[in-house]
Amino acid sequence: MAELPRYLREMQNTVEGYAREYGLDFFPTVFLVLDYKTMNEVAAYGGFPSRYPHWRYGMEYDRLSKGHIYGLSKIYELVINNDPCYAYLLEGNSLTDQKMVMAHVMAHNDFFKNNFTFSKTERHMINEMANHSVKVRRAMEKYGVEEIENFIDVCLSIENLIDVYSPFIQRAPMEPPVDTGETRIDLSAVHRFETKPYMENFINPPEYMESQKQKLRDSMKNRHKLPDRPTSDVLNFLIHYAPLNTWERQILEIVREEAYYFAPQAMTKIMNEGWATYWHTKLMTEKLLEPSEVINYADVTSGVTYQAKGQLNPYKMGLELFRYIEERWNRGAFGADYNGCTDLEEKLKWNTHAGKGLEKIFEVRKHFTDVTFLDEFFTPEFASGRLFFNYDYNRSKEEYVISTREFTEIKERLLFQLTNRGQPVIDVVDANYHNRSELYLVHRHNGIDLEMPYAKATLENIFRIWKRPVNIRTVMKSRHSVLSYDGQLHTMNEIKENEGF
Amino acid sequence: MSQKIDQDHARFKQIVKGRIKTDLRKYISRGDMIGKQGKDRVSIPIHSIDLPRFKYNLKDSGGTGQGEGEVGEGLGGDPQKGDGKGQAGDQPGEHGLEVEFSLEDLAKILAEELELPNIKPRGTRTIKAPQDRYNAIRRTGPESLRHFKRTYREALKRQIVMGTYDKDRPVIVPIKEDKRFRSWKEDVIPQTNAIIIYIMDVSGSMGEEQKLMVRIESFWIDTWLRYQYDGIESRYVIHDTKAREVDQDTFYRTKESGGTMISSAYAVTADIVEKDYPADEWNIYIFQFSDGDNWSREDTNRCFSILDERLLDKINLFGYGQVKSPYGSGQFIHDLEEKYSNERDNLILSSIPDRDAIMDSIKDFLGKGK
Repeated sequence: MAELPRYLREMQNTVEGYAREYGLDFFPTVFLVLDYKTMNEVAAYGGFPSRYPHWRYGMEYDRLSKGHIYGLSKIYELVINNDPCYAYLLEGNSLTDQKMVMAHVMAHNDFFKNNFTFSKTERHMINEMANHSVKVRRAMEKYGVEEIENFIDVCLSIENLIDVYSPFIQRAPMEPPVDTGETRIDLSAVHRFETKPYMENFINPPEYMESQKQKLRDSMKNRHKLPDRPTSDVLNFLIHYAPLNTWERQILEIVREEAYYFAPQAMTKIMNEGWATYWHTKLMTEKLLEPSEVINYADVTSGVTYQAKGQLNPYKMGLELFRYIEERWNRGAFGADYNGCTDLEEKLKWNTHAGKGLEKIFEVRKHFTDVTFLDEFFTPEFASGRLFFNYDYNRSKEEYVISTREFTEIKERLLFQLTNRGQPVIDVVDANYHNRSELYLVHRHNGIDLEMPYAKATLENIFRIWKRPVNIRTVMKSRHSVLSYDGQLHTMNEIKENEGF
Repeated sequence: MSQKIDQDHARFKQIVKGRIKTDLRKYISRGDMIGKQGKDRVSIPIHSIDLPRFKYNLKDSGGTGQGEGEVGEGLGGDPQKGDGKGQAGDQPGEHGLEVEFSLEDLAKILAEELELPNIKPRGTRTIKAPQDRYNAIRRTGPESLRHFKRTYREALKRQIVMGTYDKDRPVIVPIKEDKRFRSWKEDVIPQTNAIIIYIMDVSGSMGEEQKLMVRIESFWIDTWLRYQYDGIESRYVIHDTKAREVDQDTFYRTKESGGTMISSAYAVTADIVEKDYPADEWNIYIFQFSDGDNWSREDTNRCFSILDERLLDKINLFGYGQVKSPYGSGQFIHDLEEKYSNERDNLILSSIPDRDAIMDSIKDFLGKGK
């Protein structure tokens, strides 16, 4: 990793200067120039110079190097959410490319710093990852590579079972359930409104007191239940309650911490890439481009926003949405008047010269995630002329076919794909299922089934952590069922529609 | 930094190898790697190396795309796999993984799984291949082959003898006569050579599935024998009622129809062997695949006489694999068994009822170390 050569350092200063002028607000950035081989290595580790050893990085490296050898792909840019922000430049790229990458990186950096989903992420993740690496290596020295790696595989297979919003919620810490055996109710704990004694029967009528007692009784009942309410942070639950030894717990914690660190990037993929592309195009075309560089620049940018049929390109989608928002707010096409207007013609011509476009997109980049971003701004006007469609698998044709071009269905599908980062929502509901210390999970089914062989293999992995039978309630081919794995056998039992939550 | 990725990469390769080993039977019966063959490498699609997790069934969930097209129109290919063309590449994950593997490694895995013994080449059947070795010294030669040390030594000797050597100022200047050059000698290295002749029945009763089975099996046999011999040649013969020699491509693709006269193929094969492969220089392998529905008993007798008189005494191994087809009587394998049951240990019969049996059949053929 070479020190940044002078011409690039100067370039960085120029780019940062313009970026600041436009209002971008970023962490200090450290650029490093890498040859393609090192670039592939670093990229395999997700941009981190030091991570715990695992074969999947080797697999990623294999893929990246082949992509490079066969000329299928080339990594232009790699940036990590850290303070200071680290970004990598590919050695031998043209100056135009480097300039563009720098502008792109500045916007990512700004996004990391300002978007609310990133606000709780570890900002010294480079160090943290290095610590993880040391811990895992130590465990490997002590217990053997194979054993540790196998356990990491197990943990990774449930790394998606986290609650992405939990960093924003204050929750009571998890602790072992109090087994009091108490069934009588402590009357002083029943909620009543403050009042004078002679008003008691009016302010707190007997029916109300009875309902409050019932509530308390119910909550007492739940005190015996673990967890007291369903939680989708399955990893956290297992860390606290699964019978793990020290190193196993440590590894599970590492996997969880990294999962939370990466979650915001999955939640804001479209926005983040759109934002970066928006700014690199703006900075390049308005400030940085020399006339001789235009063709090269246009070539690369058209690659970035290339639309392969049947795919959604987050760079393109995000870019166009940000431009759409800016354009609307510039001409005042928002607010009650505009939304109330039913005439599409008029809406398209709407112009109050509000000029709030730039202000608005900065606000959006701070407070939105992909789900809310699309929910709010993916409108019929935006979609019109852009030829969106849904496709589905046609079993008789044995291929994917275009199934609809209906706006509401497309939007619904888009939002579904983005909800919970496109992952099924799964809660731990009971740790003492059937009163036999079995783990009971519930898949909050919303129309799409789980991939069956994967679900089975994942249950096996959870069994290795929980060490008692594990169950998951889900829906398979419209049948409500509980899949179970008891360490030897998989079983599937049908269950009533309203049961088992 | 490179140290680390090397480790993880090696681990990954090791895991892939292990996976191929455990799933070898599956790979063999699916025929995944055929047709993805390079000169000495194959790429193998690995289906299950990714970590399992709770995820949506992709075929159920479909997706959203952008572009031209009528409702109901197919997209062509799997959009979820994505060719990622032109896209800034940061999408990990869902790509189907293909791993490159050398045929040698594949042969080793096959051998371990099937417990195949190494082949002992027959007798002194070697041909001699000349090879140049640079292990001599000459007084003349091109400058590029000058032997520095020897030249120096000669010059030193000469200077000492002539008394021009000054040990306080030891400058050695070689003259033309001092120069020594590397040179080569021709070594004759014995090389074991082998020839495989594949015979396939392409009569009307051999369907696509049967041919695929033949293809898969011959791919593996080929892989193994190539690993065992330095120089190997393959020849292909197809037949219905008449036989002819073809190239590899035609061998697998031809769809003929009509009856079956196996003797015609034997005759062509015997001609090839007699013409090009003298038995004292070559290890000869013949593999025949058919559904065993020969034309007549008379023709079968003709086969026997060709085998006895022209083939079996000269070759290492004659493997007859009978694939099951819905039309054939499958009589030929019984005839062969009756005639040769214990007489010839270089004639191996194997029946291949379906794709899952391919692996056992390979073991039948190669398990004896012939």
